[in-house]
Amino acid sequence: MAENLEIAVDDDFSPPGPFREFWNYFSANRGALLGFSLIVLVLLAALFANFLTPHSPFEQYRQHILTPPAWQEGGLWRFPLGTDEVGRDILTRLIYGGRLSLFIGMMVVSLSLVLGTLIGLISGYAKGMTDTLIMRAMDIVMALPSLLLALAIVTILGPGLINASIAIAVTYLPHYVRITRASVIAETSKDYVIASKVSGAGVMRLIFITILPNCMAPLIVQASLGFSNAILDAAALGFIGLGAQPPSPEWGSMLANALEFIQRAWWVVTFPGLMILLTVLAFNLMGDGLRDALDPKMKL
Amino acid sequence: MFSFLLKRISVVIPTFLGVTLLTFSLIRMIPGDPVELMAGERGVDPVRHAELLAQMGLDKPLLVQYWHYLTGIFQGDLGTSIVTREPVIREFFTLFPATLELSLCAIIIAVSIGLPAGIIAAVKRGKATDYTVMGLSLTGYSMPIFWWGLLLILLFSVGLGWTPVSGRISATFWVDEVTGFMLIDSLLSDEVGAFASAVQHLILPSIVLATIPLAVIARMTRSAMLEVLREDYIQVARAKGLAMWLVVCVHALRNALIPVITVIGLQVGVLMAGAILTETIFSWPGVGKWMLDSIYRRDYPSVQGGILLISCMVILVNLTVDIFYGVVNPRIRHNR
Amino acid sequence: MQKNLLRFLPVLLLLLFVGQVQAKTLVYCSEGSPEGFNPSLYTAGTTFDASSKTIFEGLTHFVRGTTELEPGMAESWTVSDDGKTYTFKLRKGVKFHSSKSFKPTRDMNADDVIFTFERQWKKDNPYHTVSGGNYEYFNGMSMPDLLKEIVKVDDYTVKFILNRPEAPMLANLAMDFAVIQSKEYADAMMKAGTPEKVDQWPIGTGPFVFQGYKKDAQIRYTAFKDYWRGKAAIDKLVFSITPDASVRYAKLKAGECQIMPYPNPADVAAMKKDPKINLLEQEGLNVGYLAYNTQVAPFDKVEVRKALNMAMNKQAIIDTVFQGAGKIAKNPIPPTIWSYNEATVDDPYDPVAAKKMLADAGYPNGFSMKIWAMPVQRPYNPNARRMAEVIQADFAKVGVKVEIISYEWGEYLKRSKDVKRDGAVLLGWTGDNGDPDNFLAVLLGCDGVGGSNRAQWCYKPFEDLIQKAKVVSDPAERTKLYEEAQIVFKSQAPWATIAHSVVFMPLAKNVENFKIDPFGGHIFYGVDLK
Repeated sequence: MAENLEIAVDDDFSPPGPFREFWNYFSANRGALLGFSLIVLVLLAALFANFLTPHSPFEQYRQHILTPPAWQEGGLWRFPLGTDEVGRDILTRLIYGGRLSLFIGMMVVSLSLVLGTLIGLISGYAKGMTDTLIMRAMDIVMALPSLLLALAIVTILGPGLINASIAIAVTYLPHYVRITRASVIAETSKDYVIASKVSGAGVMRLIFITILPNCMAPLIVQASLGFSNAILDAAALGFIGLGAQPPSPEWGSMLANALEFIQRAWWVVTFPGLMILLTVLAFNLMGDGLRDALDPKMKL
Repeated sequence: MFSFLLKRISVVIPTFLGVTLLTFSLIRMIPGDPVELMAGERGVDPVRHAELLAQMGLDKPLLVQYWHYLTGIFQGDLGTSIVTREPVIREFFTLFPATLELSLCAIIIAVSIGLPAGIIAAVKRGKATDYTVMGLSLTGYSMPIFWWGLLLILLFSVGLGWTPVSGRISATFWVDEVTGFMLIDSLLSDEVGAFASAVQHLILPSIVLATIPLAVIARMTRSAMLEVLREDYIQVARAKGLAMWLVVCVHALRNALIPVITVIGLQVGVLMAGAILTETIFSWPGVGKWMLDSIYRRDYPSVQGGILLISCMVILVNLTVDIFYGVVNPRIRHNR
Repeated sequence: MQKNLLRFLPVLLLLLFVGQVQAKTLVYCSEGSPEGFNPSLYTAGTTFDASSKTIFEGLTHFVRGTTELEPGMAESWTVSDDGKTYTFKLRKGVKFHSSKSFKPTRDMNADDVIFTFERQWKKDNPYHTVSGGNYEYFNGMSMPDLLKEIVKVDDYTVKFILNRPEAPMLANLAMDFAVIQSKEYADAMMKAGTPEKVDQWPIGTGPFVFQGYKKDAQIRYTAFKDYWRGKAAIDKLVFSITPDASVRYAKLKAGECQIMPYPNPADVAAMKKDPKINLLEQEGLNVGYLAYNTQVAPFDKVEVRKALNMAMNKQAIIDTVFQGAGKIAKNPIPPTIWSYNEATVDDPYDPVAAKKMLADAGYPNGFSMKIWAMPVQRPYNPNARRMAEVIQADFAKVGVKVEIISYEWGEYLKRSKDVKRDGAVLLGWTGDNGDPDNFLAVLLGCDGVGGSNRAQWCYKPFEDLIQKAKVVSDPAERTKLYEEAQIVFKSQAPWATIAHSVVFMPLAKNVENFKIDPFGGHIFYGVDLK
């Protein structure tokens, strides 16, 4: 007597979709997960800043100038991390500063990514003189140390957060241009592109639908690293005094006068820098994780 | 080989010209009237204004100004500082040894710690040591170095009093400038304690400046070593029974070193940028601080000349690294 | 046996060195690098501290710590009756410094005086174009207009013949640009083909001899043994260049330097309490003001200007903008200048009366105006933006709406000179020669309209007074004229005089006899270390 032996068979033999696959690799990397969660934390704090703290980042409490953090002698729980030299609550400024840092990162990355990719696509596809000219121009931009070039551009445009973002974005252009161009050159010699071309696909279609998706992986990795570098560079410009202007709670500019207080008020010096470090670290961890997850070579 | 060299060098020339054009136009675009700036609240009458403008060569059409600028460069004249009236090139090279000393120390620290760290991390891949080294290097890579410098000052100078807060040497010493390198000059001088003072002043700034290159070198070494360690000939050597460290040092390192050296070369640009911040925090009288001061003072010729000289240095180092890479790796030489 | 001796050698050497270090060394933590070492080419106080105040001296000299004149390189002088000829008798036996490449063979004489001025004045002088050839102060003080001729009467007598009488001339000659250079040195360097050396390795007749400059790091001087007033009390002088004020403070506390300028206002309180620091203070030779455009309505009405002055809370500005490092200004000249009129009465802070005054003048509902705020920090105004915001809040209370605008500094200076300028401008002035004419004529004289007279104010009674004071040589008479001028100024109120900055000078306890220079310089001759 043959019983119906039902063996539970998993019918689903289709390979995991690209996102599922990516997430599998990404979540296996604990560092990347840590970075990702930190970023989510900062993002949430930035979005809900109004609800997280009773103070305004600009309000000056004249009676409480340079109060130490709450756990130290003379500190108040009203100002958990202390106040700065005009009496503003540091914790509040750190939280609101997150908004600025995320904004800078987004602005710089989108500017340089979009522009850089476009230029790289044109350069790689057009070849010949256009290509040479563009690559020379990129060489020139890369010859100048990025901070120096950004400084020069901000001096022209005038100090401020937006101008600083533009200046930094310009210094990142060459990276995206090179990546895109290299991918374009590699791809255009491949058979499927030649096939598309022969079938009569137009230039636009070729570039955006056929080639571009295959360049995405290195671009994404570069973008996440660009985010962290942008925050660092913007903080450096803020520290020098050419980035976000007072009373903006940008983390770098909070450190601009820090040397003055290094003896009397260590908290004014320590916390903004710590925020920068943690946020940048988070983006770098995530960037590393992205790279490991997206890089086919590692998928052994 | 020769054609490779020629090709590489011929690429540099248009880049160099492009940099001169870029620096020239950047500086011209900075708003503000330098004559008014110099005169301050007193002001100048229009006649004198025109006179001074002509004296600075700013009244001629832009193209003519650029041409003068370019021809001047090839004669070694990069203009005169508006503030000190000294030739920019002389200002730069008076201050350059200080930056060079700092950068060299930083590179030495970065390589001597980063290289072994990367090797060890690669050899002990996946274990706690690997994660620690990579974690630390990632932290160093993410560090805003101006804050890091301030933190170190807070800890070691203000807190513990072990290191001084600024300068290259204590004000009580007067060391004659022979080489421009304070370490060497203080040894040559007959002042007691000068060398110790110079070393004390150099420690913190070099550590701060070395942080990012150290992190990058460690990471690069690790990944280069990992690549090499996967190679067949390494497996063969191990199978033959050679000790791990022997395999690493004798066989693997040589090949892993190539990309690492190119990375070290490419850190020059990072060092220059980092020098600006480090020198400002530690009041180190070098080129980086001078650049920043010149920007504040609207000393256009100095800013222009400084950017040009620094870029030249970066271009030269990149060229050397490129050529070295080509020499050592035949595949690059003979590629398109 | 020999080994033992060798072991003691370092100790013996150390003892020898300790013995040597009996020389008194004064270390000054300076706030910046000098632009160069020839004061006639530059304008920054930092440069003058490092050159004219240490290495050089002029025909006339300001008595240390005051704005009064005394003989310097000139032993005595006479002024002709028409006020146009100054005859100077030069001091005999004044020696120049020497260096590795130059040894003077003669004392200072008339040739040196003539060279000093002709270099800056005559375009055909071989040294005119050396080192850039831009003599800011020589031109700024209108010397080319004033000087008709400089005549050498004999080796120790020089005549300055002017085109018109100018009472402040003697004060001008005490300024930093007019210090006496060595013609012998200049000739020697020209012959050797290195004329720039004159400006890079300075040789003068002052109390300290230049020994070297490490760019952006240190300057070294030794006391000049043959200085005509007597060798300085200290043997060695070192400038340790420290741009950051907190680092200067740290160095002062650590004993690495004994004198430091420009402390952080926030550190002043701690310095006052510190037993190891002696904190001196004095008003600076400057004034910060808000200049109304007196040629444009509604500021052409005196009542409007006076009303606005009364609406301004100056004490609040001192507290928030200067953080205490300032004093309210009532006159256009600071109290440290002679002829400062103590008797003038400042506009009281009275918003209610101000509003009424505006209503009476025809503006019961106030009006809109612009205030220009500087983008840079100046000695007379550490934060113009903040100052403008305080004034904006004050004026709002009397119904006047303020819009704050700013430009890049060079643009700001240029545009604010415009006679048709729209708005009141925040600016100030630092005195050059301690003469009231240097403030009143430059900033409020009819000649300055469209230039340094930012109030575009030309008022005959005032103008007559200052023009007369320019030509009269008797100081007592000049004092009376200037006192009257200040009363006229107060009644017409072309400006709101806001503040004079206060200079704080922290010294180590063992520094003796340091006097604050009203001109903002730092003078080390006469200072001693206990």
